[in-house]
Amino acid sequence: MQTANLLPLVLVLAVVAYGLAYMRSRAVAAPLGGIRNLKALPFYYAARAALWCAIPALIVLATWAGFEGKIIQGIVIATLPPDTWPESPGQASLILSQISNVAAGKLNPEFVPEHIAGAASVLEAMESRSENFKATLVLLIAVLGGTFAWTRVAPHINARKNVETTLRRIFFVCAALAVLTTAGIVFSVFFETVRFFNRVPITEFLFGTSWSPQTALRADQVGSDGAFGVIPLFTGTLLISAIALLVAVPIGLLSAIYLSEYASKRMRSTIKPVLEMLAGIPTVVYGFFAALTVAPFIRDLAGLVGMEASSQSALAAGLVMGIMIVPFVSSLSDDVINAVPQTMRDGSLALGATQSETMKKVIFPAALPGIIGGILLAASRAIGETMIVVMAAGLAANLTANPLESVTTVTVQIATLLVGDQEFDSAKTLSAFALGMLLFIVTLLLNVVALKIVRKYREQYD
Amino acid sequence: MNTMNPSISAKADRRDQGAEIPVPQDKPEDTVIEEGKTVGKPFVNDPKFKLRNVNVSYGSDRAIKNISIDIGKHEVISFIGPSGCGKSTFLRCLNRMNDSIQICRVEGQLMLDDEDIYHSKRDVVELRARVGMVFQKPNPFPKSIYDNVAYGPRIHGLANRKSDLDEIVENSLRKAGLWEEAKDRLDAIATGMSGGQQQRLCIARAIAVSPEVILMDEPCSALDPIATARIEELIADMSKSYTIVIVTHSMQQAARVSDRTAYFHLGHLVEVNETNKIFTSPQHELTESYITGRFG
Repeated sequence: MQTANLLPLVLVLAVVAYGLAYMRSRAVAAPLGGIRNLKALPFYYAARAALWCAIPALIVLATWAGFEGKIIQGIVIATLPPDTWPESPGQASLILSQISNVAAGKLNPEFVPEHIAGAASVLEAMESRSENFKATLVLLIAVLGGTFAWTRVAPHINARKNVETTLRRIFFVCAALAVLTTAGIVFSVFFETVRFFNRVPITEFLFGTSWSPQTALRADQVGSDGAFGVIPLFTGTLLISAIALLVAVPIGLLSAIYLSEYASKRMRSTIKPVLEMLAGIPTVVYGFFAALTVAPFIRDLAGLVGMEASSQSALAAGLVMGIMIVPFVSSLSDDVINAVPQTMRDGSLALGATQSETMKKVIFPAALPGIIGGILLAASRAIGETMIVVMAAGLAANLTANPLESVTTVTVQIATLLVGDQEFDSAKTLSAFALGMLLFIVTLLLNVVALKIVRKYREQYD
Repeated sequence: MNTMNPSISAKADRRDQGAEIPVPQDKPEDTVIEEGKTVGKPFVNDPKFKLRNVNVSYGSDRAIKNISIDIGKHEVISFIGPSGCGKSTFLRCLNRMNDSIQICRVEGQLMLDDEDIYHSKRDVVELRARVGMVFQKPNPFPKSIYDNVAYGPRIHGLANRKSDLDEIVENSLRKAGLWEEAKDRLDAIATGMSGGQQQRLCIARAIAVSPEVILMDEPCSALDPIATARIEELIADMSKSYTIVIVTHSMQQAARVSDRTAYFHLGHLVEVNETNKIFTSPQHELTESYITGRFG
């Protein structure tokens, strides 16, 4: 039986175990004078039975599914005549794919050597046997586990403790899973980055001022060696992010101040959701807005005042990105401004301060750490943004501080490096991982700083 | 009605005309109060505040019902009464702190030195500089001690030079009895002080803009007895230079610090009189019931 079918079956068994144990616990309790005489509520006995039924079975299922492929492959290879044993891992996977293709009927057995055809039939037999074994074992364990827990429904056994412990472990596993995934991503990027630095020196990467990742495909090809200087990309990223923040911080902050201090309740309840809707617009929509509306407008405007602007400019991307991150700044700032206690406002107003003096001298300083935290979160969003830049700022890695020229960013380059069919051992593709690693470190630092500031802010009022 | 609160019985033992007081009904809440009628001595000669027929409502809820009272110059007056009786609301009318509550409406004649507090052309900033306020919970700004006290003088431009400001800060802290404790750490953040110190800092902050009146809204309810005693001493000192209106839940405190006491009940001003008269021979049965601890 397929794993995909086994999984729901085990869950159904767990539900059955739950129901049976529930009924049994009530039945056990009835002659004693009600469920108050049980050590735990019927729910706990039932939940314990369900857990006993499902968890061991699922663990066995997962282990089996994880290892069966490798083991079967090993056995199949061992059945080949010794003179045809593969010499390298590459050859082995070639042979195995041939065998499995024959077994799956995609390849006519007559066209392959005899030993491959033989191995294919071995593989087929092994796989079906493995599946039967697996199904039997898993269902047996599920039934046995459930039955065991069912027999252990007794008034003196405290099922609540078992269930609580198990639940705690399940929660822990979930938390660990999230952490492990992060660690896994970091490591996979890290190892590719190391491979990249074996080809391109780290100093050239960090301090080079030219980015042109095209490398020769063949040894005899005339072409560039590729330049992997990351500085133009980071300048582009910083330029666009800076423009975005220049737009988002004043607009976001002032709208937050308006919403929290000046707007009437009705105004606030209308404007706030609309502002937050900005965050819900897909970035690709912002992207074509930037590329088709804002960028030409900027080019024409620059032309009017006698300046030359590229039709794809950092300014266009930055402006639109700024609008996109306004809700990050405004929403978070609004929250922290509202978190400043009303007594602060009263204290200031009672001394004869006006509303704007109160805002400027008391509330804003008190909320500042939280506001900075919000701005830094918006900044890491701006740095990580790709779509708008692809569409509005272009791909040319110019090292410039002129916002009217087209620039490119780290994330855009990562995307273009990895899009399409790529070989994964050239410096060109590997450089994407190095870029990713660098970007990860930068945004991580930003987030750490933001969290630190936010935490410091929390201590102030608690 | 002989079960007097023991802590105020010292003041009450002069009570000899007890027989003249109407016997309270079993449920004092049932007593009908005639709107706008206040027994005792609500009016004084040459008042600081002259308040006539004041009505305050939150939407359709009437919080203050037709209250008339004078507050004398350099007088300490206590507002007492059960929770929700409107005493804080009334207090906050005196420097228009209710303005920030959108649904709050104030009607009637409220005069400070014969000028209408609620006049449409009235400058609230100037009013609040003259009528300072200290709140229930100490609310120093999260700034240094110095900056807290200097806050008011700075926004009102009271000091031309740094040395002037230093002087104002020192004087205010001295008047609030905080100078000795604070002089070596003026740059320390104010929220790190104890609750009692914070409240005295708030008083210093209010004094720093040289107000004529200081409103205190239960200034000791968040403080321990020792800190409370210090604030009460301070109130006694300050009464020489300021008019002080204090809302309090503690009848002992009202008895200790105030010249006159006003008893509020469900938005009515039931009785105003000299403090010793209120506590020894209340004229209204509700006042009687309240100060003897029958409800509140």
